Amino acid sequence: MGKRIAKEVSIAIAEAVKQCKVDVIAAYPITPQTHIVEHLSELVASGELDAEYVTVESEHSAMSACLGSVATGARTFTSTSAQGLALMHEILFIAPALRLPVVMVVANRALSAPISIWNDHSDIMAERDIGWIQTFAENGQEAVDLVYHAFRVAEDRRVMFPFIVNIDGFNLSHMIEPIELPDQELVDQYLPPFKPKYKLDPRKPISMGPVGIPEIYIEAKKAQDEAFKNAYKVVVKAWDEFERIFGRRYNPVETYRMEDAEVALLIMGSLAETAMTAVDKMREAGKKVGLVRIRLWRPFPLKDFVKAVKGVKMLAVIDRALSIGATGGPVAVEARSALYQVPGRPRVVNFIAGLGGRDVTVEDFEEMADKAYFYMKKKPKEPYEMIGVKE
Amino acid sequence: MPITKEKDLLATYAENTWCPGCGNFGLLAAVKKVLKEFREKNELHRLVMVSGIGCHAKIVDYVPVNSFYSIHGRVLPVAWGIKLAHPELTVIGHAGDGDAYGEGLAHLIFAAKRNTDLTFIVHNNSVYGLTTGQFTPTSPKGFKGRSTPKGSPETPINPIELLLASGATFVARGYVGKLEHLANLIREAIRHRGFAFIDVLQPCYTFFNTYEFYNQHVKEISPEHDSRDFSAAMELALKWSYSFEAEEIPIGIFYQTEKPVYEDAVIVPEKKVDLGEHFRHYHL
Repeated sequence: MGKRIAKEVSIAIAEAVKQCKVDVIAAYPITPQTHIVEHLSELVASGELDAEYVTVESEHSAMSACLGSVATGARTFTSTSAQGLALMHEILFIAPALRLPVVMVVANRALSAPISIWNDHSDIMAERDIGWIQTFAENGQEAVDLVYHAFRVAEDRRVMFPFIVNIDGFNLSHMIEPIELPDQELVDQYLPPFKPKYKLDPRKPISMGPVGIPEIYIEAKKAQDEAFKNAYKVVVKAWDEFERIFGRRYNPVETYRMEDAEVALLIMGSLAETAMTAVDKMREAGKKVGLVRIRLWRPFPLKDFVKAVKGVKMLAVIDRALSIGATGGPVAVEARSALYQVPGRPRVVNFIAGLGGRDVTVEDFEEMADKAYFYMKKKPKEPYEMIGVKE
Repeated sequence: MPITKEKDLLATYAENTWCPGCGNFGLLAAVKKVLKEFREKNELHRLVMVSGIGCHAKIVDYVPVNSFYSIHGRVLPVAWGIKLAHPELTVIGHAGDGDAYGEGLAHLIFAAKRNTDLTFIVHNNSVYGLTTGQFTPTSPKGFKGRSTPKGSPETPINPIELLLASGATFVARGYVGKLEHLANLIREAIRHRGFAFIDVLQPCYTFFNTYEFYNQHVKEISPEHDSRDFSAAMELALKWSYSFEAEEIPIGIFYQTEKPVYEDAVIVPEKKVDLGEHFRHYHL
């Protein structure tokens, strides 16, 4: 196995992408993603990575160039954040519908306005329904591991869907952490070459992206939806295989100290590690608090999720994005919907925390758990509340 | 006699966060010279500034005027909307070279095509400064930035040539190292009725320091140049192609002409227009 070396997470991600032997990278600079693609440009320039690096004129062009590239059968990567992801929006829907498996790392950042370069999940939650497989990393090692996994799953012929690996901007992208990059042979063993069934090939001409008239549009979408649901099995199998080769285990839903928990915190992304510290403290104080993390956000792992929160009285969902005018943050709305048909389901309270880079501390998590206990006795007045707002 | 600094009546409470030596300071000083005249006539409130995303955009924080801090690439559509709704306002757009010639390039061509009465100042440092030093549409060929370690393989855009070809009615180039000259260009651009475009050469002291190069090569356009002569303007525009091989880099007004402005063409008519012929032709 490779050595654990202290590296900036963005640099480690770029190294992992190199190990995946990508053919094309098309990207536009945007904070806090930039270091990932900058390092890839260095790897291409130095000859360490045999790939084309395209400095396009916008993220809209970046994603368009990626689709063109992957359509010809080239392994393709890009990365972006916030406004850049939003600018890609219309192309993002096209990739999965055409079954074009681009892999993208999104360094999550708040959307304007006000202008913010700092972390929350408002960028990715606005792209919740685009039909890409989406995972969330919690630390540098996970971020790297999820990149290998993303290529493996996306390009699997049973899947053929684009894949987003979410990492928290700055909180993760700019951290220096001990990270183990596996040996190249193991990566090669895990990730076979990309061989799509259909590609743009002058010897076998096909047409990609034609019109879907009303007589066939809904059938095309049904086929896409079914195929996407089926991707779940491949996602999990690829993690089984990952454990076998690299020795680290990943699950669609991860749990921490959930045995006999009455209150569970639920969060996605890097703040989960802070939440773990809070859970440890509360357990020491005799409170039965556990933590649930959703790693696989799309396709949503309904059964794993229901199983993870079984027996819990109060589920406190902590959203890192607002869904203004809705009945809660995007994750809470998903959780409530998932649990509605479940007999003896936990009650769900929702907190919005850490918007636009605001720190969420161990104490904040303790406060949220305490509030969840309080709301067991007294129903909250509002369906969600924001934490840490200055009066 | 003690030396006292004149109080800057155009200062704001915002702390300036540009790097020491940034070319934006020169541009800000030139803009302030013009704003001072607005202030003296008590007309500062009739002016609106729009900026994009990048180091340039902070300029709206440093002057006491109404402003709209827009998103990357979209300065012109926002400025255009303001001007159409309130044609009596003076609207100045600020953009970086990434903003204006990258993501927002289509808007630039359409602004020239439509000839809306706007002033558009491009803070052109040929590098993405805020994201710390990558190649932009005006970086010279071979530019070794953080995303192009081997050197950019592309030929830069020549915005003067582009704007002339797009039908702009006021095309100029300035340099932040020639303060009075630049202030005068801005003054003339505002006075011009129609779309006035100024490409301002601006070193990025941190990521692309071009002071020495520009100081050596920048040369004011001779008074003999006839700025109404399109061919002469184009010839002058092609003298320098934003490379690092230059005999001289002309600065000043390349071209100026009069054309109908967009807002006059779309003004709501006082009398109802007869669309009978249109309906007969297009409606079943």
